[in-house]
Amino acid sequence: MAEKQNPIIKPTITEAPEGISGQGFFATSIEKAVGLARKNSLWPLPFATSCCGIEFMATMGSHYDLARFGSERLSFSPRQSDLLMVMGTVAKKMGPVLREIYIQMAEPKWVIAVGACASSGGIFDTYSVLQGIDRIIPVDVYVPGCPPRPEQIIDGIIKIQELVGNESLRRRNSDEYEDLMKKYNME
Amino acid sequence: MFKINTERNQLVIKKLSDKFLDAIVQHEVIADMLCITIAKEAIYPALLFLRDDSDLKYDFLTTLCGMHYPEREQLGVVYHLHSLTNNHYVRVKTATELSNPILPTATTIWPSANWMERETFDFFGIQFQGHPNLVRILNLDDMVDFPLRKEFPLEDQTRDDKDDSMFGR
Repeated sequence: MAEKQNPIIKPTITEAPEGISGQGFFATSIEKAVGLARKNSLWPLPFATSCCGIEFMATMGSHYDLARFGSERLSFSPRQSDLLMVMGTVAKKMGPVLREIYIQMAEPKWVIAVGACASSGGIFDTYSVLQGIDRIIPVDVYVPGCPPRPEQIIDGIIKIQELVGNESLRRRNSDEYEDLMKKYNME
Repeated sequence: MFKINTERNQLVIKKLSDKFLDAIVQHEVIADMLCITIAKEAIYPALLFLRDDSDLKYDFLTTLCGMHYPEREQLGVVYHLHSLTNNHYVRVKTATELSNPILPTATTIWPSANWMERETFDFFGIQFQGHPNLVRILNLDDMVDFPLRKEFPLEDQTRDDKDDSMFGR
């Protein structure tokens, strides 16, 4: 009987950013160091309203384990979270609530729209459902699917991590960002 | 499905006709349930009678909801009543004109009608006179339309990304 080969599992270690290293020291830009720290310690705020929320529970569970990506700690307070995860159908009556939560989050903040409903209203093309959360708050990453599988949600998180890691420290003070906020009638 | 209790159906019709003969518009057994249509002038005393009569005792309001008949220019309400003591169900319907949709409240007969009448007001715009708090319950507070009326467009009107030819129109 052939012996079953176990695949070699490499531990996930974050790669160091570009920099100069020598004996006993490593030098890089503050922007890269901050980006590295931020992207590997995102605190997500789950805003789960329907079946995508169930998929998110699977994503947080031991099998898919979002903690591997540094999002171990979910925050149920918008004031202490970095990433707003909107998962599920958002009714128009819920719109102002979602907007309020987004405003309460401290900068820098990111938003991921998980599933067809949060992204576009999905199958609920009706008077009572918001046709995509980007009508009331800016969205960084959209995850398609109805509902998306946990792998897709993880993929969305990785995309967010890329954005977070490469974001300039001055982005939130830029004119573009101000214009974006003005488009959504914020500040 | 319920077993049709013809005897009891006859009793309900007889008892009601004795008191409200002119007000009974129609009565029939649809599927498995007796359905009585009562004119709106007599709906309140008729419902009260159905609850309080010692032989009938419809002491439980299962549900209540609105209806819209565009061709008759009418709005209606259907009450599903349940007699727990007699294990019998009956459906009572009434109608009011679309231009002035006013009906008496059933909250004074069955307090459980409170939220159901609010919902009916929310979706059909029927005014229940005597209701303690007739405000919208499910839709946005600043909504002006009544979305379950037939003329109300179901699809979201704020979208501009749809190609009508793809939807056969």
